[in-house]
Amino acid sequence: MRTLNYMQALAEALILEMRRDPNIYIAGEDVGKFGGSFGVTGPVFKEFGPERVLDTPISETAIIGHAVGAAAAGLRPVVEILFMDFLPIASDELYNQAAKIHYMFGGQMSCPIVVRTAIGAGIGAAAHHSQSLEALVCHIPGLKTIAPATPADAKGLLISAIRDDNPVVFLEHKMLYASKGEVPEGDYTIPIGKADVKREGADVTLICYSAMVRQCLAAAEDLAKDDISAEVLDLRTLIPLDKEAILASVAKTGRVVVVHEACLTGGFGGEVAAIIADEGFGSLRAPIKRVAGPDTPVPFSPALESEFIVSAEKIKTAVRTLF
Amino acid sequence: MTVDRTPLLDLYRCMVRIRSFEEHAHKAFLKGGMPGFLHLYSGEEAIAAGVMAVLDDEDYVVTSHRGHGHLLARGGDPNRMFAELYGRVDGYCKGKGGSMHIADMAHGMLGANGIVGAAVNIGTGAAFAAKYRGEKKVSVSFFGDGSTNRGTFHEALNLAAIWELPAIYVCENNLYGVANYQSDHMKLRDVADRAAAYGFPGVVVDGNDVLAVRETAAEAVERARAGGGPTLIECKTWRHWGHFIGDMAKYRDPAEHEAWLKRDPIPAFAAVLLDRGAATEAELQTIQAEADAEMDAAVEFGRQSPFPDKSELTTDVYVGDRA
Repeated sequence: MRTLNYMQALAEALILEMRRDPNIYIAGEDVGKFGGSFGVTGPVFKEFGPERVLDTPISETAIIGHAVGAAAAGLRPVVEILFMDFLPIASDELYNQAAKIHYMFGGQMSCPIVVRTAIGAGIGAAAHHSQSLEALVCHIPGLKTIAPATPADAKGLLISAIRDDNPVVFLEHKMLYASKGEVPEGDYTIPIGKADVKREGADVTLICYSAMVRQCLAAAEDLAKDDISAEVLDLRTLIPLDKEAILASVAKTGRVVVVHEACLTGGFGGEVAAIIADEGFGSLRAPIKRVAGPDTPVPFSPALESEFIVSAEKIKTAVRTLF
Repeated sequence: MTVDRTPLLDLYRCMVRIRSFEEHAHKAFLKGGMPGFLHLYSGEEAIAAGVMAVLDDEDYVVTSHRGHGHLLARGGDPNRMFAELYGRVDGYCKGKGGSMHIADMAHGMLGANGIVGAAVNIGTGAAFAAKYRGEKKVSVSFFGDGSTNRGTFHEALNLAAIWELPAIYVCENNLYGVANYQSDHMKLRDVADRAAAYGFPGVVVDGNDVLAVRETAAEAVERARAGGGPTLIECKTWRHWGHFIGDMAKYRDPAEHEAWLKRDPIPAFAAVLLDRGAATEAELQTIQAEADAEMDAAVEFGRQSPFPDKSELTTDVYVGDRA
């Protein structure tokens, strides 16, 4: 199978979907002529031009807010918020409007929008361009949240997100854009709400998503040398959450470490841990561990930023406390 | 001289029905059994009546928390409106939205909104959808003077300007943002001046003169349909009651209140009709009596409608969750 990077896989998903459905358009800051700040929409602009790939002013509330109205009127906007750090600027438009329109209007209207946004630390971009704020989104009923880790998942899940009739927040980790992987040709979808076992294991489950899948796979590789067989469960979708996959894996291994890059307190890992405690307690042979970012802003200095980001080393240390 | 009386009588009937609806809502609310709070449109009827008179069925309308008048003027069914106000299953939103989220897709009414100024972004998006599909529809957003101080107002109007959208922004300037007098919340005398910042026309009109509103709206709609872009229309008006039922509006100058009550748009237009020989006293009385009877029945319909089944709590959160 051919190899694409994560960025190319996303562009391919956008192009295929836009060929299929003329109601799909892209809007965001510098998504058009400039090609997207991370380069994702460049090839899309090349094919579809400014009528369907629209540059907006630096106006996050208008980017998401107009999309809500356009979606209510029958279009399927795919909007880009350059960094997830900017998403809270449009909190009303996402949390109060997009998320609630279907419910508060009694099902009369839907809001099929996709908000693509880049998350994560690792490029020295400091406190305003590095956050992983998925927990803020996951708390709001009405939104779906997707955080793919591989190019193949990115493509299949983006196609599913665009076809979904609900508002979807699609998280792209900026450290993954250049990562490569095999990607099937043509049109395929990966169901929203289905986790994926990225590595089979028997002794401990590492539950993760987005860039942390790579760290967990690296940790699992090392742990194997110590005869610890770690299963890596990539959630892929946070809302809706694949509880069955989580509980099935924990039932198999009896030990679990939940890993995310986002800050620990109020993080999505707490929700996963709570579900396991509620519904999988009987399977547990050790306490549920969480490995997450510290409760700090993301620092600038490479010495501090690398300390902020959860490393394979930290994951291994947590795993070893369970045996 | 032969004058076609019908459109004039329709305008009058529209205003009278709105006033009657609001008076009935007021009484019903004070009587009890109507949850939440109500923001009455009494005094501002000429704006909804005048603007809607020049719209086509396919056009879009988005409004604020003070949205009963807009839905009625758009052709909304008072039975379903009162059912919604009472939180009942026959309401427009099956009782899930209430007064502040009343919406009717069948009339292109994309909702009242609990967030001040949200209509501006959503209306912009609906206008974009029309232009994107090459349709001749326009989108009208209604909002108060207070909402024009929000950043979203700036973002939306600027976006509509650069995209040359068929959007009409109707500011219902009742001189108060809740209890905050206009001169305390902005330095400008005329909200319409704000349009200069976006490079499209801003027009001031007497919001209590239904014919003046209709004429101004007609120009804006015609220009928008012809591809001439947005217009900001500022309608100077006065709400007869406080911000919501229960707000005694003690912050208002009684002399100013009295002066505005003398400019009540309904008797003012009645005088015009009689003066032009477009209606007789008896005809106007009949319109009033019919409206009152219609609203009596609508209140009763709403009150008799059943509450939603408890299962409705968890449906319509997502499209497709209704098994």
